[in-house]
Amino acid sequence: MAGISKDEVLHVARLARLELSEDEVARFQEQLSAILDAVSKVSELDLADVPPTAHPLEIENAWAEDEPRPCLSLDDVFANAPERDDDYFRMPPA
Amino acid sequence: MSETWEPVIGLEIHVQLKTETKMFCRCRNGFGGGPNTQTCPVCLAFPGALPVPNRRAIEEAIKLGLALDCTIAARAVFHRKNYFYPDNPKAYQISQYDEPLCSNGRLAVPTADGDVTIGITRAHLEEDAAKNVHVAASGRLHGATATLVDFNRCGTPLIEIVTEPDIHDADTAKRFLQLLRQTVVELDLSDAELEKGSMRFDVNVSVRPAGSGELRTRTELKNMNSFNFAAKGIEREIARQIGIYEAGGEVQQETLHFVPGEEDSPPIRSKEEAQDYRYFPEPDLVPVHPPAALVERLRAEIGELPGARIGRIADTLSFYDADVLVTGGLDRLWSALVGAGADAKEAANVLSNQFVAAGVDPGTVNAAELAKLVAARAEIPRAAFDEALSKAGDAGFAAGPYLEQKLVADAGELDPVIERVIAASPGQAEQFRSGKEGLLGFFVGQVMKETGGKADPRIVNERVRAKLSGT
Repeated sequence: MAGISKDEVLHVARLARLELSEDEVARFQEQLSAILDAVSKVSELDLADVPPTAHPLEIENAWAEDEPRPCLSLDDVFANAPERDDDYFRMPPA
Repeated sequence: MSETWEPVIGLEIHVQLKTETKMFCRCRNGFGGGPNTQTCPVCLAFPGALPVPNRRAIEEAIKLGLALDCTIAARAVFHRKNYFYPDNPKAYQISQYDEPLCSNGRLAVPTADGDVTIGITRAHLEEDAAKNVHVAASGRLHGATATLVDFNRCGTPLIEIVTEPDIHDADTAKRFLQLLRQTVVELDLSDAELEKGSMRFDVNVSVRPAGSGELRTRTELKNMNSFNFAAKGIEREIARQIGIYEAGGEVQQETLHFVPGEEDSPPIRSKEEAQDYRYFPEPDLVPVHPPAALVERLRAEIGELPGARIGRIADTLSFYDADVLVTGGLDRLWSALVGAGADAKEAANVLSNQFVAAGVDPGTVNAAELAKLVAARAEIPRAAFDEALSKAGDAGFAAGPYLEQKLVADAGELDPVIERVIAASPGQAEQFRSGKEGLLGFFVGQVMKETGGKADPRIVNERVRAKLSGT
């Protein structure tokens, strides 16, 4: 099977904001290629008449009414925040 | 050597829905709360929290789709659009990709020369991002020392509407946006207030040799926050691109960010990176299959749309008046005024000028009372008329007290005052007679003062001139 190139591994790593060592690039290239190979087995079937699956369960239209429910307290909101600045989350400059 | 160039313009509009709750959680949607008070595990992306779509948002998106003559999908799917930015705690936005709720529609924009039909590629539902405050910066995109995040807006419902590149001039783009705004306002699904950001739009602009049919490199104008500003930005961008081609250059694909409130400064330019959002179906949500009965119920709820009303009213008034009335949300009041006996043109003038300035909600006005005032407008002092308009939406508003302030236009009543004023300033009267025409205003002013502003200035002018000239 086609596999995945080193450039593609680096591209995916950049999208995920990951810095990879040379060794890791080689290792992930091998692992990701193996995963893609496994998934591409599906292409061997004739699926022209099969609609794409968007969800494994055969249910649809799971909606909720537009009625407000209580929100979190600010203490809970910021319980895991790395840094709080008044009632804002403080982040490195974006 | 100078070719004729044809601009090609496409629009992407985001409209914030005024549902009670957010798109995928039941936190309140809307202004009012302090920072981060309208948040929960879903919109803060706490692990394990699951989204549930808002029924009303889905219904409103279908309704807008129907109003835009779209095909409503038999099956629509939500996708994840992946990107990293502090306005987006999940690191993906739930949006729609290749199976949007509404597609392949059109909006006919009336013009003085007939309708221009703009294709609607799609209209889909998605969630808004959080609001970031970049501190210690001038408000520009660069130089911030920290970013403060308020997640109240995060997860609130948006409809994104994308047009075909069917627009070929800035004015049509502006008129399309105005008509679309009025349409969503009348469907009651958004305030669509540009200054509050509840309607925002991006504009794609390219130019091509007229008649060539090609699509050249486009630039994207982002953050446009007024219709006039958008029209101006489009015109400037068209001219810039034509200049580049005529000098033998190539237009670069880039994004022009405008800073709201600094419309006159040049936009910040940034190269557009090849975007890779890795869309995939949102596994936490099941597909939407709009039931036919629901679609038909929503279709029946749609009244006569603004575009159609412009055409109908333009049969009575000029196209320009019809357009101003309808896109200003004034035409129903106008119809009521005319129905109550007001002159069509006079009513249109009052509504599109003084009434708009008074800032009263047209839906609250007692048309029968206002019609009486419109009929007597020329005889009522300007200040009293303006005051009447500002009160026109109040409970118990009546024309009577204002009609009593009618201007004195009767020469028999005015002449004695005029004679008194002239007699009091014989010197000025003499100068006027020897050619100092400008003194007419002095006498008119004195008469207006004597009558407490109740005299009809047209008649006063006439009578003062006659008296001074001794006729």
